Amino acid sequence: MKIVVCVKQVPDSAAKVVVENGKISWGDAPLVINPWDEYAVEAAIQQKEALSGTVTAITIGGEGSKDALKHALAMGADNAILISDPALVNMDTQATAQVLAAAIQKIGGVDAAFFGRQAIDSDSGLVPAQTARLLKWPALTLSAVIKVDGSSVRVARGVEEGRQVVTAKLPAVFSLVKDFGEPRYPSFMGIRKASRAEIPAWSLAEMGIPAPASVITWPEIMNPPSREITCEVITGGSPTEIAEALADKILAEKVL
Amino acid sequence: MNTWVYVDHFKGTALPASWEAIGVGKTLGTVKALVFGQGVEALAKTAFEYGADEVLLADDPALADYRAEAFAATLGKLAADGAPDLLLFPTTTRGRELAAMAAIDLKTGVMVDVTALEAADGKITVTRPIYAGKLLTKETCSSKPLIITLRGRAFPKPAQQAGKSGTLTKVAAATGDFPTKVEGYTTSEGGVSLTDAGVIVSGGRGVSNNPALTPPSGLDEKQAEIWKAQQGFALVKELASVLGAAVGASRAAVDAGYVPYPNQVGQTGKVVSPDVYIACGISGAIQHLAGMRTSKVIVAINKDAEAPIFKLARYGVVGDLFQILPALTAAFKKKLGK
Repeated sequence: MKIVVCVKQVPDSAAKVVVENGKISWGDAPLVINPWDEYAVEAAIQQKEALSGTVTAITIGGEGSKDALKHALAMGADNAILISDPALVNMDTQATAQVLAAAIQKIGGVDAAFFGRQAIDSDSGLVPAQTARLLKWPALTLSAVIKVDGSSVRVARGVEEGRQVVTAKLPAVFSLVKDFGEPRYPSFMGIRKASRAEIPAWSLAEMGIPAPASVITWPEIMNPPSREITCEVITGGSPTEIAEALADKILAEKVL
Repeated sequence: MNTWVYVDHFKGTALPASWEAIGVGKTLGTVKALVFGQGVEALAKTAFEYGADEVLLADDPALADYRAEAFAATLGKLAADGAPDLLLFPTTTRGRELAAMAAIDLKTGVMVDVTALEAADGKITVTRPIYAGKLLTKETCSSKPLIITLRGRAFPKPAQQAGKSGTLTKVAAATGDFPTKVEGYTTSEGGVSLTDAGVIVSGGRGVSNNPALTPPSGLDEKQAEIWKAQQGFALVKELASVLGAAVGASRAAVDAGYVPYPNQVGQTGKVVSPDVYIACGISGAIQHLAGMRTSKVIVAINKDAEAPIFKLARYGVVGDLFQILPALTAAFKKKLGK
């Protein structure tokens, strides 16, 4: 089975992210592989382990984004490709999907492309379905359970009402949610292998596609309004007294 | 502006953010609501009552279950023929996915999970949270049609006007050999969905630390911890039940195995915005705060007076949640007459 997993490098979820002088800053917080993408890498490796094959991790970005690819390699991906081109900046999701779809086609013979459900920086959650649409493959988004049997696949997708069980034929695009199961930690051997790996960089010219046009622009990025709030600490002589006072306060807000 | 609104539903019951989207559409001009499914004519009637001027109803066995490809093809064909200026979707799992696909089919972009929208000189600028709400960004789109998904509870739900009607137009479902087949559903335990909830009661790691409890013998350390957490979450659920609230949890509580992942609130869980958010035994890690900071009234119950959650809270109780929670449940039962 030939598998591609698409990953992104993002500021750690514990980072305090602010806008300073019009630029996004995450202080000295580390850049890490997008946490959702770890589930995608885990799912990809599990499929490879069950059915044999190869897992190729891909990302779009600069040299620094190789760290996300190295994390995937250390977890057990077989190889990685960095898609890097000066034209690939400020991309919206459909532009990103065009580049990823082109890369998946260039890799060729791919049976499955795995994504995390969304990136925790831009929070769009659109790229998996858009890539699927461009490839004309089924989009099996928000998958929590994946079972491949020959060229058929059955997934359970997380939706508002519970899980929707869907079958489809490969090739397909999958996006993964957290209840797929914990991603493995990179092994010591994996980390050694990843640190030595040669990661080729593909430019748009090498992929044979023009720079995709983005149509979404971001005229202003802001810090959210601060919550001017002082906490009123409720005290009392007994839990009952405290609870009664707190219930009265909440009811007085007239929002229940 | 000629606005179309996709009405997201499950087996004929609309997700409320669909009606909020009709409300937004009405502020911009006329609204055509899109109702896709099988046996969903009643839903079309409800769409009129929430303000739709016209309903495009695709009622077809092929649309009996939501399937991205079949729904997107139907939508894409209608939009290519009808040329709307703006397509609005609720930011639900289905709404987000259909918007994503429609943008590819119609060669345009998506402004996703929007919480504010300004229209001036025929141009729309939206605001949406990024980094789970740690930042906000304004967005515009240079191509047509505009596609926007609206976050639930960010816009007011219009009043339902019983008996109001409009033009019902029956349209055909796209035909074709769609690659996915729906086998069925396994539904969640029920209860109130987090993203639609007006009130949420959430538990964190602190919920497992009741020193007064002795776990049954024969459990190992981890099992004993889970057992204690389940007793603690029972208190959270009792309060939630009295308030008609949804049950949430911190990532720490989910990672520790106390509650399933769909209950997680935060940057890698659900982003919620209820009227009241009651945080029990949650210290307030930045990734949790990002997921609930826009709640109207935040209440924190925690034994640690220095916990960061108190910085966002309107009301706080520094104390033992195992005593406060049952007392609070009893107080609400009495005051709400339940």
